[in-house]
Amino acid sequence: MLSEIILEMKDISKSFPGVKALDSVDFKLRKGEIHALMGENGAGKSTLIKIITGVYEKDAGLITLQGEPIHFKTPQEAQDKGIGTVYQEIMLCSNLTVAENMFIGRSHGPVVNWKQMNEKAEQLLASLGIPASPMQELSSCSLAVQQMIAIARAVDMDCKILILDEPTSSLDEDEVHKLFELMRELKDRGVGIIFITHFLEQVYEISDRTTVLRNGKLVGEYETASLPQIELISKMLGNVLEDITKLKKHEPVVTDTSVPVFEGIGLSSVAGVRPFNFAIQKGEVNGFAGLLGSGRSESARAIFTADKVTGGEVKMKGKRVKIKTPLHAIKQGIGYLPEDRKGDGIIADLSVRDNIILTLQVLKGFFKPFSLKQAEEFADDYIEKLNIKTPTANTPIRSLSGGNQQKVILARWLLTHPEYLILDEPTRGIDVGTKVEIQKLVIQLANEGMSVTFISSEIGEMIRTCSRLIVMKDREIVGELRGTDLTENDVMNVIAKGGRNA
Amino acid sequence: MSTMKKSFSHLVLPLSVMALLIIINLVKGADYFRITMVNGALYGNIPNILFGASELVILSIGMTLVTASSRGQDISIGESATITSAIFVQYVLQASEVTPLTIVVAFLLSCVGGLVLGAFNGTLVSIFKVQPMVASLILFTGGRSIAFMIDGKLSPILANDISNKIGTVIPGIPIQTPIILTVVFIVLIAVVFKTTNLRLYVETVGINPNAARLNGINPKKIIFLTFLIMGFCSAVAGFIAVNKAGRHDSVNLLKLIMMDAILAVAIGGNSLGGGKFSITGSIIGAYTIEMLNRTLLRLEIEPAMIKVFKAIFIIILMVVASPVARAYFTKVLDKVRSSNKRKESIPKDAHIPTTNIAVKKEE
Amino acid sequence: MKKALSIMLILVLLGAGVLFAAGVKETAGQTKIGIVNLPPEESGYRQANVEDMNTVFSTANGYDAKQTNTGDNSEQIAAAKGYIRDGVDYLLISAANASGWDDTLKSAKDAGIKVILFDRAIDTDASNYQAAILSDMGYEGKKAVEWVLSLGLNKINLILIRGQMGSAAEIGRSAAVLEAAKAGKLNIVADGTGGDSWSLEEARKVVEAAIAAGKDFNVIYAQNDGMAQGAVQALEAAGISHGKGGKVKVIGFDFNRFALRNVQAGYWDADMQCNPRQAAEIAKWIKSGTIPSGIVYQEELLLTTDTITDELIDKWGINADPGKGVVTR
Repeated sequence: MLSEIILEMKDISKSFPGVKALDSVDFKLRKGEIHALMGENGAGKSTLIKIITGVYEKDAGLITLQGEPIHFKTPQEAQDKGIGTVYQEIMLCSNLTVAENMFIGRSHGPVVNWKQMNEKAEQLLASLGIPASPMQELSSCSLAVQQMIAIARAVDMDCKILILDEPTSSLDEDEVHKLFELMRELKDRGVGIIFITHFLEQVYEISDRTTVLRNGKLVGEYETASLPQIELISKMLGNVLEDITKLKKHEPVVTDTSVPVFEGIGLSSVAGVRPFNFAIQKGEVNGFAGLLGSGRSESARAIFTADKVTGGEVKMKGKRVKIKTPLHAIKQGIGYLPEDRKGDGIIADLSVRDNIILTLQVLKGFFKPFSLKQAEEFADDYIEKLNIKTPTANTPIRSLSGGNQQKVILARWLLTHPEYLILDEPTRGIDVGTKVEIQKLVIQLANEGMSVTFISSEIGEMIRTCSRLIVMKDREIVGELRGTDLTENDVMNVIAKGGRNA
Repeated sequence: MSTMKKSFSHLVLPLSVMALLIIINLVKGADYFRITMVNGALYGNIPNILFGASELVILSIGMTLVTASSRGQDISIGESATITSAIFVQYVLQASEVTPLTIVVAFLLSCVGGLVLGAFNGTLVSIFKVQPMVASLILFTGGRSIAFMIDGKLSPILANDISNKIGTVIPGIPIQTPIILTVVFIVLIAVVFKTTNLRLYVETVGINPNAARLNGINPKKIIFLTFLIMGFCSAVAGFIAVNKAGRHDSVNLLKLIMMDAILAVAIGGNSLGGGKFSITGSIIGAYTIEMLNRTLLRLEIEPAMIKVFKAIFIIILMVVASPVARAYFTKVLDKVRSSNKRKESIPKDAHIPTTNIAVKKEE
Repeated sequence: MKKALSIMLILVLLGAGVLFAAGVKETAGQTKIGIVNLPPEESGYRQANVEDMNTVFSTANGYDAKQTNTGDNSEQIAAAKGYIRDGVDYLLISAANASGWDDTLKSAKDAGIKVILFDRAIDTDASNYQAAILSDMGYEGKKAVEWVLSLGLNKINLILIRGQMGSAAEIGRSAAVLEAAKAGKLNIVADGTGGDSWSLEEARKVVEAAIAAGKDFNVIYAQNDGMAQGAVQALEAAGISHGKGGKVKVIGFDFNRFALRNVQAGYWDADMQCNPRQAAEIAKWIKSGTIPSGIVYQEELLLTTDTITDELIDKWGINADPGKGVVTR
């Protein structure tokens, strides 16, 4: 579709105290195109989006919408002009119903016609194939369904431009597929879509053009089809490309096969995992593979007692131990980086320093606080080791990018020197560079003797990192894969064949 | 440098309110800060404020902790203090001779009472997950009746020499005893913060209880602990109040003081929704409220209108302190800064120094 | 489950107080009296009032009396209706709210029950009740101001410390002062309030503010004993003399025994009574069979350092007695 430009941004600059977030960036969006906006965290994608949507005001530059100069001061103004946005983090009210979330705040006049609203919601949900009922409370839906409802909310608005900021990070493949269908449909209607994602495959599957940003500067705008993937990555990362290729060649860590570091027998939890057996050796990296909801996260949570464990027993290095609370698990040398970074991981308002020392401090005891100096040393040490990008150790963690927040949580656990570290989706929603760093780190830790369980929705990542994959389906283990030359297809086959319906 | 400034930004509001009140008072009388010696003790506006705010300061400290951990407020603090001070008075009155030991034992007993009351509220909030205000509504409603029963249905008189000294001055010490006790209490709290992880635990629980649990902190225990501390604070405040008053009036002792305590927490720059907190802020907030009350009297506002004026003042204060207003000020400041920048045509990559509050929330 | 448990707990605790008040016992051949009163923990005044009702209308004295104590007007009305159903001979009421009683009072009248209001009046037609025995707050104020004017001071500079603004006591006790000021008989140098809780601390601040403003004053007129106490604390701290032979004359209200002892010791100068003991008078009416109609005001006393005696303190004082010679600061 060769066509008119609906949104044009020229020479956009934006500074925050101490940071130049955008530096003379140009961006063009055409009618009926899906335009991927790519870049590492901190590249300026979010800032650019927030300027379009009126969250931030630009310092300099010009924005025209269909040839007309615009200057949004509030998100509402942008919305009124037909710019709809769906953010990575779900911004809905979990205690309202699905229908209320879709329509409330957008009705005109004080009276809400509940019946009509519910009917409209029902239709929309059905047309998008979203498995939720209008009267259902939002909190009872899965994360994925919640995200789809957020999209439905934005889509329903009469929009010219739809901005999707990492909408797929919590969706499984099937759901991603549905979303893409929807995106194509909107594209045919002439909507211009700006699409931000960390999944490269998705960029190639859906987008027409790609704009790459790096460190607040424009790298370039490309036709996606004519830009090889490896080149795209190198444009995003600059020079770390070698690392990725190196990592791919990395031999999985060889396991010490004496007594397992951790052994769980018949573990089950209130989250509904069926009783499972699981053991991990010293220096081993394994993974729980499976689709969303397969029980991969729930199993990890059961090991750490993040969910209440309802049965089974646990041995650490062959010795039976009682683990009833996360504190017991931590004391036994288990660490757990949770899937939901925002909800279970970061202490948003606390400083990076406090976030790093938190768990070690808990281990040390209530009456033995670290001195500020000691705490700062710990923090500075790990900020350097993990290359955490933060103005100071005293900065609240919430003002860091997702990838750096994740590194802080990692630092928190590494500081406790766990024998067994569970990483549940450590790479979700973070930039490629950090993803690679984390994977490298996992292998390095295993080499140093730590046992690691690595869970990711990107099977490719797990194949690169893990020496053993435990495949899950319908909340139970359906198979186990070993070997150095596994492919994603192998895993898919096990999933397809496994389970009760096989 | 910028982090230093940031960590004190929450004190800007209470301190500027205080400054405003001082200016008003200075306009009314240039001798506002004058301190004289009366009967061997310092006398003047400042000692009066410090004296008058003692109980409020102590209660605001407890309220800050409860608010931070439980994301709600304890509205039964005045009633708790009334009960604990009733225990104190009963023990003192049954003694044939009142010695310092009698007072100490009586005080410790009243502290036990305070801990029991704190445990009661704390259990409801932490284990039964009752909203703090609802949980403390029970003691708020029934507390004075309980104190009335302990009092033997009378207002017992605490006319002994030691109580007198605790309520006024100890001969030879030029500072009123309640002021000294308040300082001792603040120091004690400071020591607790220095030697424990109370702050880290309470803030963690208040900000993200899920994450707290996954990192080995039991949120229930911490919330319970803050209510225990609140109970202790109530006991100390009750002790000071009853010795000041010289008799135990179960009907009116520290009545409705939770309003001012909650206000002190808010003026101190603390979120009533829990999380990060500043004890210093609350203490300054408490003294600010005391100053405000006295300033309204100094301005000789009609008694019928005095509450209205206080309410107006507080509304203005809260609006100014609200996140909406702060965000607006930040925006304005940003604009001023960027226009300055253009005028001076600083090179593009120059860092703009962080001045001022500038609480930039970036997600 | 936990939530349900905690709600139960709350309900039980809240309910306990109400249940307490409603003990049931049955006796015959005695004068049946239903008393609707405020709870004793409302104030020292009420405590004395409730006790007085209990002692005077005891079984030993030939009464079958029940008393309901609550500060909730609708609960009071419900209790009154219960007494009417029980067929009491007399219904004694001290109402939490002055309004909302018309129907109840009428149904009592229809049932032939004599209603006597005590301490607090009700806004209703005078025909709806037999008699009301009240304290005349205006009278109390007048008597207190008379005393102030009789002190023989050159110029009277008075600090007025009011109670809860708009309460009957505040309005009555302030009226005489304001009137005298208007007539130029005295000068109000500071006008403050102890707030809704008649607070000692607030009263103290009122006086402290007056001192800070450099006001010259020689009388403190505090509308209850607690506030008088707070005012005197402020004087003490500032080193200003008061009481017998002192610069500032202090008067309080209510006849708390501690206050009377303070007057006796010359620490304060006077106290004005607000008599909670209406029961004896009502009993006299009932025994004699002749009950006056309409409002009857009680005679109330003003005691000064000269007129106060141990007997009077014992007889008329309310609340705990600190003992002779003990000053309550």
